Parts: sequence; C-alpha cells; structure tokens
Amino acid sequence: MAELARDTLREMQLRMLRIRAFDERASKMVKRGHIPGTVHTSIGQEAQVVGATMALGAGDYMSGNHRSHGHPIGKGSPLGPLMAELVGKATGVCKGKGGSLHLADFAVGSLGESGIVGSSIPIANGAALSSKVLNNGKVALAFFGDGAANQGVLYESMNMAGVWDLPMIFLCENNQYALSTPAHTVTSGIISERAAGFGMPGIRVEEGQDVLAVYDAVSKAVARARAGDGPTLVEVMTYRYNEHSEGLRLGTDYRNAEERDAWLKKDPIMLFRHYLASHGFSDDELDGLQATALAEVDAAVAFSDASPYPDLSVAFDDLYTDKESAA
Amino acid sequence: MNTDTDNTEAVTTRTITYRQALNETLRAELEHDEKVFLIGEEIGVFEGSYKITAGLLEDFGPDRVLDAPIAEEGFVGAALGAAMLGMRPVVEIMTINFSLIAIDQIVNHAAKMRSMFAGQVSIPLVIRMPGGGGQQLAATHSQNLEVWYAHIPGLKVVAPSTPADAKALLTAAIRDDDPVIFLENLSLYSAKGEVPDGEQIAEIGKAAVVKTGIDLTIVSYSRGTTTALEVANQLEAEGLSIEVVDLRSLRPLDRDTICASVKKTGHAVVFEDDWLSYGIGAEISATIGEGVFDFLDAPVRRVAAAEVPLPYAKSLERAALPSAADLARVVREVLNLAPATATSNDK
Ligand SMILES: Cc1ncc(C[n+]2csc(CCOP(=O)(O)OP(=O)(O)O)c2C)c(N)n1
Ligand SMILES: [Mg+2]
Repeated sequence: MAELARDTLREMQLRMLRIRAFDERASKMVKRGHIPGTVHTSIGQEAQVVGATMALGAGDYMSGNHRSHGHPIGKGSPLGPLMAELVGKATGVCKGKGGSLHLADFAVGSLGESGIVGSSIPIANGAALSSKVLNNGKVALAFFGDGAANQGVLYESMNMAGVWDLPMIFLCENNQYALSTPAHTVTSGIISERAAGFGMPGIRVEEGQDVLAVYDAVSKAVARARAGDGPTLVEVMTYRYNEHSEGLRLGTDYRNAEERDAWLKKDPIMLFRHYLASHGFSDDELDGLQATALAEVDAAVAFSDASPYPDLSVAFDDLYTDKESAA
Repeated sequence: MNTDTDNTEAVTTRTITYRQALNETLRAELEHDEKVFLIGEEIGVFEGSYKITAGLLEDFGPDRVLDAPIAEEGFVGAALGAAMLGMRPVVEIMTINFSLIAIDQIVNHAAKMRSMFAGQVSIPLVIRMPGGGGQQLAATHSQNLEVWYAHIPGLKVVAPSTPADAKALLTAAIRDDDPVIFLENLSLYSAKGEVPDGEQIAEIGKAAVVKTGIDLTIVSYSRGTTTALEVANQLEAEGLSIEVVDLRSLRPLDRDTICASVKKTGHAVVFEDDWLSYGIGAEISATIGEGVFDFLDAPVRRVAAAEVPLPYAKSLERAALPSAADLARVVREVLNLAPATATSNDK
C-alpha cells in the first residue's frame, strides 16, 4: 500500500475515536433514559467503519443498516445533528423523525439507514447505477451485516452490479452474530467466496480490527469501481463489544468471555494507537486526539440539550413534495 | 369468556399473561400433533425476541423448533411448502414490518394455491407476528399492516385482545386447514387475564361483545379493544352506556355481531390502530351502512392513526397514534355531548 499522508493517519484515528466516544455517550444516554427507542453501537467495529468510509471520496455514496447511525461520522459529518437525531430533537439530521434506526445525512453522501435487514443494499446499487448512467465517477458502498447476507436481495443486487459493471462495493460487516445467532449456524459456506458466483472479486479482510487493512482492501475496490471495472464484495471480520442494542439484555450466554477477551486485545483504536506511536506520533498528540473527540461529543450533547423538540406540524411535513397531496 | 367450546364441566382458570398463553398453547400443540413445528428468527436458543417460545427448543429439539436465518421470504416459502405436504408449520416473523419481505409467498402463494389448484392442496400454515407502535421505534418498526392481510381472500386473519383469546384462537389457527395470519401486539404481551385450563378452541370468524351497553358501540380489535374498554368504563362513570365489540377475527369478519350491536345502540365508533384511509374502520363503517343504516342516529366515526409514517420523537409519535383521549372525544361528538375537558388531545 502506498504511504499514507500523516494527516490521513491522524484523521483515521480521530474518526475512530469520535465514533467510539459518540457511541459510548449514546449508550449511557440510553441507560439514563435520555435517548429513547433503540440504539445499535459500532463500538469495537470502528476500524471497519472508518477504513471503509475513508477509502471513499467525499462525493461517493453509502447506505447502511440499523447499526449505521455513526457511519456518517466516518465520512466527516459533524456530531451535533447526529446526536440531536438520536435524542429526537428538531435540530437532528432528520428533524427528530428518524432516530438512530432511520438516520440519513445526505450532506456526506449517506443515503440512509434501513431498519429492515438487507433492504438498503439494492438502494446503494441504484446509486451506483446513477453514477454509471451520469458517468460522474462516483462510487457507492452498501454496509450490511453477516445476518443480512442471508437475504435474497443481496444476491439479486450482486447479480445486477456484476452484469452491469456497476461502481459498487458490497461491504459485509461480519461481526459474527446476528442478534444472538452465531453466523456459522445460519450461513452456508464463506460469504466472501460467494462473489465468485457473480464473477466479481471477493475479499475477506481477516484483520478487520486493523483500520489500514480495511482501508487497503476497500481502496482497491473503490479504484476498480471508479475505473469502470465493476463491483467487489468485501467481507470484514470484526466484533461488536456491546449488546446487539443498548439496553437489551439478550439473557442467554451466546458469546463466551474468552472470545470477547481475545477481541478486546485487538481493539482497533488501541492497535492503531500503537501503530501511530511507532510512526512518529507523540503520546501528547495521541492523547490530544482522544481529548478532541470527547470534547466534540460533549459539544454535540450540549447542542442537542439546547435544541427544542420538534413542532407537531413537523410530523406532516415532507410526506410529499407537494403539500396539497397530504390532505 | 371468549371461547366457543361448550364446556359442560366447570372449567378452572388461571391468571396468566398473553405471552404465557401463547407459549403454553405452542407447547400444547407441539405435544398434540407431531406435524406441528415452529420456525423463525431467534426462536430457538434465544427463545424468541419476545420470549414466546421459551423452553420449547429444549423440550422439543431442533427439528420441531427451527432457528431460521434472516431470510423471511425464504423461510415463509419453506413453511408454505411443508404445509402443502401436510405439516403444520407455525412461523414467527419477528414483527409484522418484516413480513413485507415475505409478502409474495403469503399473498401470491399461500392465499391462492388451494383455490387456483382447485382443492388439490390445502395449506395448514400459521404465521404469527406482532404489530404495533408506541415504543419510539419509528417508521419502519411500528406499523399496523393488518388490513394488508385482511384484504386478501384465501387468508384468515385473527387478532386476539386477551390471553384467553390468544390461547383459543392460536389453537384454532394451528388446527385450521387454511393459512391463518395470527396478529399479536407488542403492547399486549405482558397483559394479564383469566385463561381457562384445558383445550380451548375458538371459532375463527366470531366477534365478541366484551361489554354490553345501549348508547353507542365501539368496535375494535387487538390492543384497541383494551383502550376501548378503558374508555367505555370511564364514560360509564359519567352515566353513558357503551357496548364494546371485539372483532377477534378480521377475516372472516363477523358482520352479524357488529350489525346487531349497532342496531341496538344506533351509534358506532371504530377504534383502529392502522391508518384511516382504506383501513379496518372503512370496512366496518361500510358494513354498518349496508346492514343497519336505518337504525343509525349519527354517522359512523373512525379513530385511527395519523396518515404519516410514524415519526420517532415522543411528542410526534404520541400525536400520530390513536389514543384513549381521541376515542373519548369522538364518542362524545357522536353522542352530541359537550367536550369533557380542554385537555383532550386534538390532531
Ligand atoms: C427484515 C428484517 N428481519 C429481521 C429484523 C430484526 N433484526 C434487526 S437487526 C437483526 C440482526 C442483524 O444482524 P446482522 O445483519 O449481522 O447485523 P448486526 O446487528 O450484527 O450488525 C435482526 C434480525 C429486521 N430489522 N429486518
Ligand atoms: Mg452481525
């Protein structure tokens, strides 16, 4: 891999720290009743999110699932409107109408999460199709889980992307569980190997906690897509530290402590900190990144706290482009 | 109360939750007929997202309690195929929202095959799934799509409101030789009620008058019946006599019970959890208009959800969902009474 600029490396760590700090705060806020509904964190999966989102260009598109409220952070979104959305405030990116499960930040190319497992995959394919038709050089990436890889729509989408040479990246966040279901109990074979059946490259990033490994794999897929050579399936092996969703207690002991401890030892933020420390970053600078992320999250919460709840009329806004149709 | 079995012996009852009634019934049916099996996401090891299948994998094993991948179209289709061969699959779809992925198998296939193939096959399939909003899960996770299924000839659609009905209707659904959509509601799982012991089999297609009255009829189903009873009792304290009809079955629809009630009271309000346009209330309203128009003293009114995808923020969600206050206000309007207080929540 080509040497990355110092600023890029710095930004990678900062974005991972932002996602971690944002999600840790959100988790606390759920437990204190400050965030309602449901929140799925990416704590433990930051390398996969940031490695993939930073491999995309600013104008590229992405779609996500229930666990993707923090993915816009990987693409550079400011934190305030994201936090306000989780709380359900009028200043949220979706004016408090979407919440953690239905969040979109079009300003950074986030075409939205779908709370329906698998359903945002064909939508990213459509974005890729538009890029191809408009010949604008933009690529699209769909984030989805190991669980979603069992939905038929993934294979419909891979087929279309393959046959039409769409500038598309299928990014499977394989955290090895769908709720409490271990992937190996419901998945036949290896997900990345399914790419062969559609005539596209399938890459499995075994070291999915290493942000550079993810960045490298997705960068190649992006280059291939931008060159007009078609789609790639990238499966990233990772692990979520928290429960499936905050506040949920799954009850059964479906993940054992040893497994968890082994993954904690490969913490993506810690791993990358070691890497940066051995590549000319001082402890002060690295501590500074951490402090910056925490301060940004504090500011995001303050922004949300100071924001009003949405006016009742907001419920009826934006149903149609033409207001009269809502009558 | 709501079972139609003719029990001559005194029946003992227990107070249990709706969840427990479902769980015990699934267990009893797994024991009763070896062709019964359960399939769905997270129903085995995890015992179901709402713990309806607790203990069943342990006692009946993985051939009778199957953990399915997240592939609703695939496993509903597989259940349908097994049902065609005489098995009695009981599918759990985690929530009704996700049934949209399987809707082709349900609507284009399960509902039609017996008729299209001229009776060569029957489809003893049950699909259980909860609907309902109010937990700030927002637009794609809070829907009440009952009318989508109630619209389809070839399906039966039941929506019990009490633990006793949950038991008697689920037993009936599993023993039925046609496909039955069994609608649960997230907010009912922990509701308690008296449930008769022993085998109880409801007649699918029969509504129940769950409270008698003479001034006005409220027609509802599932969670809505609970709210309707609450409002009826509250108005009773003010001297109004409200009858509550619990539909229990949305298809077949018990038009006779609805019409008989409205013939007596002359006033009707439908309380429904779905969206107003083309909803359950529209069908009930037409039924009343066609059946007992001459007995009506006022137009039939409907209280339903606001016609928007359910928003996330609490204030917006609360305003969009039909409430007890909305129902009480409309009942007063139909009876030409002055509003109770200025607090009733207008939308
Ligand atoms: C179509 C559909 N079926 C079921 C669900 C309920 N559900 C939400 S998340 C989830 C597990 C998803 O697992 P995976 O795709 O691996 O993503 P992860 O949560 O592990 O990130 C399930 C079953 C849903 N939201 N949509
Ligand atoms: Mg997963």
